[in-house]
Amino acid sequence: MFVSLNWLRNYVDIENITPEELAEKITKTGIEVEGIEYIADQSSNVVVGFVNECEKHPNADKLNLCQVDVGDEVLQIICGAPNIAQGQKVAVAKPGAVLPGNFKIKKAKLRGVESNGMICSLQELGIEEKYVPKDVAEGIFVFPEESEVGVNALQLLNLDDAILELGLTPNRSDALSMLGVAYEVSAILDVPIRLPEEGVETGTEKASDYVSIKVEDPDLNPYYGAFVVKDIQIGPSPLWIRNYLMAAGIRPINNVVDITNYVLLEYGQPLHAFDFDQFGSKEIVVRRAHDGEKMITLDDEERTLKSDHLVITNGQQPTALAGVMGGANSEVSDQTTTVLLEAAYFAPSAVRTSSKDHGLRSESSTRFEKGVDPNRVKRAGLRAAQLLTKYANGTLLSGIVEFDQLDKSEVEVNIQTNKINNRLGTEISKETIADILRKLNFNYDQDGDDFTIHVPTRRQDITIFEDMIEEVARIYGYDNLPYTLPQGASQAGGLTNQQQLKRNVKNYFESAGLMEAITYSLTTKQRANLLISPEIKSKAEVPVALAMPMSEEHSTLRLSILPEMLDSLAYNIARKQPNLGYYEVGTVFVSEQKIVTEQPEEKLRATGAVTGEWISHPWQQEKRVVDFFLVKGIVEGLFRKLNLSVEYKQVKIDGMHPGRTAQIYLQERPIGFLGQVHPKLQKDYDLKDTYVFDIDLDYIFELHDIEPSFLKIPRYPSISRDIALVVKEEVYAGAIQSTIEEAGGSLVKEVQVFDVYQGEHLAKGTKSIAFNILYLDPEKTLKDEEVEKSYQAILSAVQDVHQAELRG
Amino acid sequence: MKERLKELQLEALERVEKASTLSDLQDIRVAYLGKKGPITEVLRGMGKLSQEERPIIGELANKVREGIANELDVKKAKLEAKELDKKLEQETIDITLPGRPVQVGGPHLLTSIVQEIEDLFIGMGFEIREGPEVETDYYNFEALNLPKGHPARDMQDSFYITEDLLLRTHTSPVQARTMGEYKGSQPVKMICPGKVYRRDTDDATHSHQFTQVEGLYVDKDVRMSDLKGVLNSFAKQLFGEDREIRLRPSFFPFTEPSVEMDISCKVCNGKGCSVCKRTGWIEILGGGMVHPRVLELAGYDPKVYNGFAFGMGPERIAMLKYGVDDIRHFYANDVRFLKQYHKAE
Repeated sequence: MFVSLNWLRNYVDIENITPEELAEKITKTGIEVEGIEYIADQSSNVVVGFVNECEKHPNADKLNLCQVDVGDEVLQIICGAPNIAQGQKVAVAKPGAVLPGNFKIKKAKLRGVESNGMICSLQELGIEEKYVPKDVAEGIFVFPEESEVGVNALQLLNLDDAILELGLTPNRSDALSMLGVAYEVSAILDVPIRLPEEGVETGTEKASDYVSIKVEDPDLNPYYGAFVVKDIQIGPSPLWIRNYLMAAGIRPINNVVDITNYVLLEYGQPLHAFDFDQFGSKEIVVRRAHDGEKMITLDDEERTLKSDHLVITNGQQPTALAGVMGGANSEVSDQTTTVLLEAAYFAPSAVRTSSKDHGLRSESSTRFEKGVDPNRVKRAGLRAAQLLTKYANGTLLSGIVEFDQLDKSEVEVNIQTNKINNRLGTEISKETIADILRKLNFNYDQDGDDFTIHVPTRRQDITIFEDMIEEVARIYGYDNLPYTLPQGASQAGGLTNQQQLKRNVKNYFESAGLMEAITYSLTTKQRANLLISPEIKSKAEVPVALAMPMSEEHSTLRLSILPEMLDSLAYNIARKQPNLGYYEVGTVFVSEQKIVTEQPEEKLRATGAVTGEWISHPWQQEKRVVDFFLVKGIVEGLFRKLNLSVEYKQVKIDGMHPGRTAQIYLQERPIGFLGQVHPKLQKDYDLKDTYVFDIDLDYIFELHDIEPSFLKIPRYPSISRDIALVVKEEVYAGAIQSTIEEAGGSLVKEVQVFDVYQGEHLAKGTKSIAFNILYLDPEKTLKDEEVEKSYQAILSAVQDVHQAELRG
Repeated sequence: MKERLKELQLEALERVEKASTLSDLQDIRVAYLGKKGPITEVLRGMGKLSQEERPIIGELANKVREGIANELDVKKAKLEAKELDKKLEQETIDITLPGRPVQVGGPHLLTSIVQEIEDLFIGMGFEIREGPEVETDYYNFEALNLPKGHPARDMQDSFYITEDLLLRTHTSPVQARTMGEYKGSQPVKMICPGKVYRRDTDDATHSHQFTQVEGLYVDKDVRMSDLKGVLNSFAKQLFGEDREIRLRPSFFPFTEPSVEMDISCKVCNGKGCSVCKRTGWIEILGGGMVHPRVLELAGYDPKVYNGFAFGMGPERIAMLKYGVDDIRHFYANDVRFLKQYHKAE
């Protein structure tokens, strides 16, 4: 809502306050002023001039040489506007004037002839093109004949105005009108409000002879008032109305349309003017549209209607989409002589549906949608009728034809002084509360500390006690509330075990050299099907998709963080950042339903990806390119940190390298995978070798006990033995290790691979794997014989199971 | 004999003094203190001396011997130290060469901000709650006093999955869920950080996915001045003691009265600049007293309980605190951006 302060002055006294101070006060009291605009900020020295003479420029076809009387002198000015003519009153920028855009007017010679100033268009004076009336959009502005020569043209055009841009919250639709803003300013500044008069003389003919009203659905249209104004002369509206409309951001059209718009802005009540002679009947019927019924609206669009849409009809065809837009068939034109003026209350829900279905948001619909003041509907109609008789030469027929089932009663809210203070933490006296109510212009009954407030119908947002607390608090001033701390029993805040674990896991990945990434949860349909961990894939029928995505790019909820993470890698590589290591802890969305009707399960995953060089620019050693074992090392570290032991099994997963992917098992349950991205997919993303992991955190958190229990530090020394075995190439180290652990008995504390060899010293198709075995007896000193016995058992087991031979 | 001994001592000490290597010292030791050395020789000739003279000369000979041995030891230590110095000198390396690189990761800026907020509220006795990102229409809207057809639903156009399921548009549903869990019988003091989603086209100031942290305190006799006190203490800890705060009335369907909180602009110190749009203030969060309808829907009797709630956007806070100029930076994962905020804490 744009509020012209010059317009506002008609209702409240704001002479003693600057626009900035006023804006600050309004903002602090609850309506945010988002900006202050001075239209003619820099303009000065612009006056009304009378064009005494206007001849063709001797040396230029398109220019005119004018003699312009500006009151105290006559200036010779050259003007290029096509609509300039002798006898016009125009805006003249005299030498020394500064127009918007810091455009300085000086004496000049144009094609050899002196020019002492400029005749201005509205655009040149600072009005935005879209608000300039169409008839003067291509040329200079012409003042009405009665305008006085030599007076300040900017003042006459209201360009000395300051305009406040209000950012209204949905509850404050009362401030969608100049009167509403005036009430607000009256309360804030504690100044009286002056309301407009609606008195109007009527003719002798009766309106009821011209029109009747039938409302079929009173719930959707509880009030419909019809005013008939005859003998209308269509023409421009008075300059002040045009000025106010332009300031408010509405383009002036003609007196009838301008007056309905003016009253809409003044009262917040949308009105509609029909051309009575084109209306098509003497009967107004308000009804729901028939399904499939068609009408052409003012913007020349054909609209197909549904029964949810409320229409005004002439008994046959729709003539307006109620509260949203009029019909083309009954539009006011230059030939209109009788106006049928509608002032109605349409239910917010009905207007919202029409406006939404047809993608039409208008000044009218936004106000109806929020609920207009029931007590202002008829008054706004009268105000418009009054202006039509005054400024369009109309005659109002006697008697308003109306349908009225509108509830105009005021809501009552009770407040108690002590309750207000208990809620606010204040000590406001009952006198202060009474004074606040007076400033707000609210009627009330007082009984000691108790007040019964009769909330004016303009304030539809106030219905309960809490609403009144806010009213009292905001006028009292939020700044004046004290700072206190809660007085309830204090509790210790903190993280839950899982939250702490989540932080620990993230810290681990960071200390392992990975950077945290945050990617979008919404991805493409195609990507949502990529790189899904087997235990997720077996549950999720299909990825969960949005009903109406804004773009294919963000249309589907992820089942894996990886596809978007790989995209982040590609993004960086394209920017010459080739060495990357990322992790993300986030949810994926698993639904077991084919057609989703229930909330999907949200699974917490820890996901990572590395590509490029892990260690770049070493001067002592080979640079290290990422590989499978780097990622596995990171994953193993996580489980060591969490004190959980997992197993790895070879697996094939869509999008992953078939020979370089391992599935991770925790207590026999699959909890994720790690490995290399399939070279084909790497190519699709434009990535070099990229290794990834994706792990179920929910299950880990379920198993993990965050409190470490104390384990005795062993008092006896351990004994370490190495064993190097030659086996066939295809035997897995993990399998041998399991055999060793099993066969070695309880004294085996730890088994670790420390060397793998394949090459010239071994038979083709074989490899050697060397293990270090650590023996420990926590209860006593180990004996050599015990170790030897276990060692022999291990040896015979690996020979049996893996046909392993001791390496000579 | 006395003279001979003293002569030997002088002679030996002089040679020790002049010695420059450990082997020189060894030679001296052998020459003077060895079995064939002159002192031993002197002692051997003691048989010729008188009874009285013998102990005197004996003592003297021992003293001389000890004196030389001492000097030899001292000198040896000196020479050894010198030799070590020389050896270490030769071991000098170029300490300006870089160390062996260790990969260092770090948290995302949003995580750092959210954790900072979490820790501040934990310090004030709040717990942290989380909830689903795919919400039901009931928890996302209706439980928060936003019935179907409510005009304020326009404020946050949403990503629907079905008529009843959507990506949550705020983390407030977690508040409703937590109150529901506590069944209207105990105080609630929680914050809920998380991802939220709105139908916005991504640009410098809009993102279809972003982060929110909301807070809720429900108890008996909660006052609006408590909200002011808690938010003031939070804002000063997060933004600095020298920031001023102010509350303005606002509107949210789930609170009444509602507030918006501004902090004084850091760039211009409240004088007005382009960052604060010449107002001197920057809006950082919204909140208010929990609407009685919200309490009622969650099973809390608004006659007994009341409370306050607030919500803020970590992206916006990060943008203000660190001058990040485009919200898309938070989701592009550009390593050059991420690395800037890996604090060495």
